Amino acid sequence: MNLQSFRESAWNGLWRQNTGLVQLLGLCPILAVSTSVVNAASLGLATVVVMAVSNLAVASLRNFIPYEIRIPVFILIIAALTTVVDLAFNAYFHDLYLVLGIFIPLIVTNCIVLARVEAYAAKNDPVSSTVDGVMMGLGLVWLLAVLGGLRELAGNGTLFAGIEMIFPGLSAISVFGPDYPGFLIGILPPGAFFALACLIALSNVIRARAAKRKAATQEPAAPAADQPASAA
Amino acid sequence: MSARYTAARTSVRTAGIMVLFTVVFTALMSATFQLTRPAIEASALEGKMRLIREVLPPSAYDNALLEDSVALGRTPELGLDQGGHIYRARMAGQAAALVLEVVAPDGYAGRIQLVVAVGVDGRVSGVRVTAHKETPGLGDYIDPNKDRNKSQPWIGQFAGVSFADVGLEKWKVKRDGGNFAYRSGATISARAVTNATARAADYAIRNRDALFAAPAGGRL
Repeated sequence: MNLQSFRESAWNGLWRQNTGLVQLLGLCPILAVSTSVVNAASLGLATVVVMAVSNLAVASLRNFIPYEIRIPVFILIIAALTTVVDLAFNAYFHDLYLVLGIFIPLIVTNCIVLARVEAYAAKNDPVSSTVDGVMMGLGLVWLLAVLGGLRELAGNGTLFAGIEMIFPGLSAISVFGPDYPGFLIGILPPGAFFALACLIALSNVIRARAAKRKAATQEPAAPAADQPASAA
Repeated sequence: MSARYTAARTSVRTAGIMVLFTVVFTALMSATFQLTRPAIEASALEGKMRLIREVLPPSAYDNALLEDSVALGRTPELGLDQGGHIYRARMAGQAAALVLEVVAPDGYAGRIQLVVAVGVDGRVSGVRVTAHKETPGLGDYIDPNKDRNKSQPWIGQFAGVSFADVGLEKWKVKRDGGNFAYRSGATISARAVTNATARAADYAIRNRDALFAAPAGGRL
């Protein structure tokens, strides 16, 4: 794995193929836990751990897994490693587990884990697969944190509520003051759809502008023949 | 013939590999389970003690509270469909207080699990919600961690109250003609907790002697 492919993986995971904005995979946990920044980012980080270890395990074992039964074996590996992560969190990071505990088993059902194992780790070496898992996971973390921030801000008027469970001594920021009545839809499930839709629309605008700029700079060099490719 | 032979061989080989993976990863899980069990049990116990400290001050008793428990079967008075536990606090061998696991079945979103501590004098020393599904930002103020009024959380109003202060007929939320406050817009959650607390205090007073007399670790 060289620097070039590392940057490629990072760019893919954090922006170009972002799980929440582009692939739209694993929406169930995204929408369920993004009620606050702390909840959302914590589940995201737990997903990073699971994605890194399952990508590493599958990439290391990929030559021993027969093609016909690869999906059951992948699911077995992901479920076993999630259980291990769940038990390890419970035993050694108990306070964090109290916050995340109910979400960690949900990671098994997050199709983004299986998707990356199948699409990347099954065909690549262990090191770049681990990097891919971490980067895809981090792409999910930042999206979840932003989504959680929007919903928490709208719903409760605070940011980082519950941070004292992870870093004792820190406390939530009350953005709109204690009299903010709370815009309940931010916290309720429909708020998750509205907030995610806004973020996807914003990301599409940014992507469309970038594509336009790219097309504009390439126009003198590459005439009509290149047009369909850049549109796709 | 040879094709069939190959197909059969491939199937057996594939099945064998699947079994091998299952065995290896099951072993990995059970090893982790064994390795982490002591730490997990210790923190579960610590969590339970922390909760009990919130409803009953440690100065009120001197026995090993968690070991001095009575198991209950189905107990409709406490809302327990599948049974629960009562912990007995004693001071110098004398009965001091009962810590009851209680369920309020009629929350806005299903069951609300509570822990209620009742002294031998019939005074409620504290109530805490241990599990609930009430609406975030609306009914979840019954959990003091979610209550926006941190200095005087809603659930704190039961501490120190007995039927001598508030009779059973007044042990309701104000909307129902009782004495206890509720937050407008979310009466149902408060009503469920208030009524469950009244039933628990009533049960503890009625069954006090039988509960303290039962052998430790026994069933009632």
